[in-house]
Amino acid sequence: MSDAILSLKNVATDIAQYHILHDVSFDVPRGKVTMLLGRNGAGKTTTLRTVMGLWAARAGQVMFNGEDIAAQPPARIARKGLAIVPEDMGIFGDLTVQENMALAAVSGPIAADRLELIFTAFPPLKTFWDMPAGNLSGGQKQMLAVARAMAEDRQLYLIDEPSKGLAPAIVSTLVWAMKSLKGAGASILMVEQNFAMARALGDYAAVMDDGRIVWTGTMDELANDTALQENLMGLSMEVA
Amino acid sequence: MLMKLISGDTPRSPILSVILAAILLSLAFAPFLFPGTRPLDTAAHICIFIILVASYDLMLGYGGIVSFAHTMFFGIGAYGVALSLEHMGRSFGAVAFGTVAGMILAAALAFVIAMFSLRVRAIFFAMITLAVASAVAVLVSQFSTLTGGEDGMTLKIPRELTPAFKFHDEKILGVRMNGKLLNYYMVFFSTLILFLVMLRMVNSPFGSVLKAIRENAFRAEAVGYRVVVYRTAVTVISAMIAALAGAIYALWLRYVGPATTLSFDIMLDILLMVVIGGMGTMYGAVIGATVFVLAQTYLQDLMGTASDATSALPLIPDLLNPDRWLLWLGVLFILSIYFFPTGVVGRLRGAK
Repeated sequence: MSDAILSLKNVATDIAQYHILHDVSFDVPRGKVTMLLGRNGAGKTTTLRTVMGLWAARAGQVMFNGEDIAAQPPARIARKGLAIVPEDMGIFGDLTVQENMALAAVSGPIAADRLELIFTAFPPLKTFWDMPAGNLSGGQKQMLAVARAMAEDRQLYLIDEPSKGLAPAIVSTLVWAMKSLKGAGASILMVEQNFAMARALGDYAAVMDDGRIVWTGTMDELANDTALQENLMGLSMEVA
Repeated sequence: MLMKLISGDTPRSPILSVILAAILLSLAFAPFLFPGTRPLDTAAHICIFIILVASYDLMLGYGGIVSFAHTMFFGIGAYGVALSLEHMGRSFGAVAFGTVAGMILAAALAFVIAMFSLRVRAIFFAMITLAVASAVAVLVSQFSTLTGGEDGMTLKIPRELTPAFKFHDEKILGVRMNGKLLNYYMVFFSTLILFLVMLRMVNSPFGSVLKAIRENAFRAEAVGYRVVVYRTAVTVISAMIAALAGAIYALWLRYVGPATTLSFDIMLDILLMVVIGGMGTMYGAVIGATVFVLAQTYLQDLMGTASDATSALPLIPDLLNPDRWLLWLGVLFILSIYFFPTGVVGRLRGAK
């Protein structure tokens, strides 16, 4: 993992008086999908939010393309080529689908071929283009959340549980969209509880427990070692 | 063409379209449709309050920022023109200088307040604006040598904008072709242009970012927009437009004073107009300002007529006594907020 687009070095994050992340260190290789796994409350979402600057790191470095972005505001981090798809989807319900998409393209209008790709992947977005996003169904909101991240080229996507609560057909569409992002050369750091999806997409994995990284390696290593899975997460990937 | 003028932001309700068209036509032809000084003065007031309320809605309805300093910016514009006319003589040059100076001062003050307080909680910004606006109102009252104090200042505006100036000897449709008419149309067209500019602004990418920030500042920041920059920008723009409205108001009234431009009562009126019309709709400013100014101006007359008409009945004439107009104005507002919680525009757009 020599060519890392993102490296966390001894990162510690507090939320109010609680110490959530302790000495978190791992790399996200360029052009690969890294799955961030672990039990609920292990600190996965906090890690993504710390990278994006939404929670300030108390200590440590967040190196993006060799630059420490730990103390920078989220807007500046976003403009460096990072996009976050939060667990709660992070869409703007008062705005139309079109406005949501336009906002996501911070550097200018969305290219026509990219929009075509988004409509091919997520047809409901074209159907409800002028509808307030708040009126979309849960699955459609998740499509919009992912589509927003795809609105323009990003170097690194931070995606938090994209399949949560979605029907299998929609999950398949999301997997296809993630693969197309990966095929375009983007790097992805994804939190996912759906092990089938994690296995289908992941190249590498980092496992967290109690705010610490407890294991890193390839996804194949983890997927093929049931004992390791149970030891690390108390779950087996074979369940999916 | 029309869609381009209104930036594609249609009223989205047939009833609202009819009401807005009626208001536009009434204001455009007010001097010919409603002869007399009082109706023309009411029409000019409606125009000026449309600008003032719409500029406040930019901040409150689109940016989600609560400010109590809007009348301060309004007053800065009005006093800017007043002081320049006082010291530079009655000329359009003095009007232009005073207007621009007022707008620059308003922008600078808004920038400083925003930079100091918009980074923190919204309530802090509201409190700061309240404190600064109160301080400015007191200062204006105290500096009587410069501002005329509580008495205010009577302005000598350019002759071309006064009734003494006649640009046509004959009356047309019974209306004198004089400077007062020119002054009214200056107010009307300024309102029309500024309103269309603000409509363009809220329907631009800038407007979308503001709406996104209003909904969730945290998310907007994560997408890549510096929330404090956008909030500061809208505060400054809103303050400059309010100052411009103040300058136009001073020219129309030919008078400035703390009660007409800086008082907290006007601030409350603006808040009520925004709420009655509908926050975050722009068209709400037109409806809110029209309903409010008409009620303020004519409710007393209407009640007098109603009191006379019901004089044979017990109790009712007393209740409708014109002296109780403020009570009924209050009742009207409570009813309007009860029945139109999203404002008149929100209600009409929601009724399919």
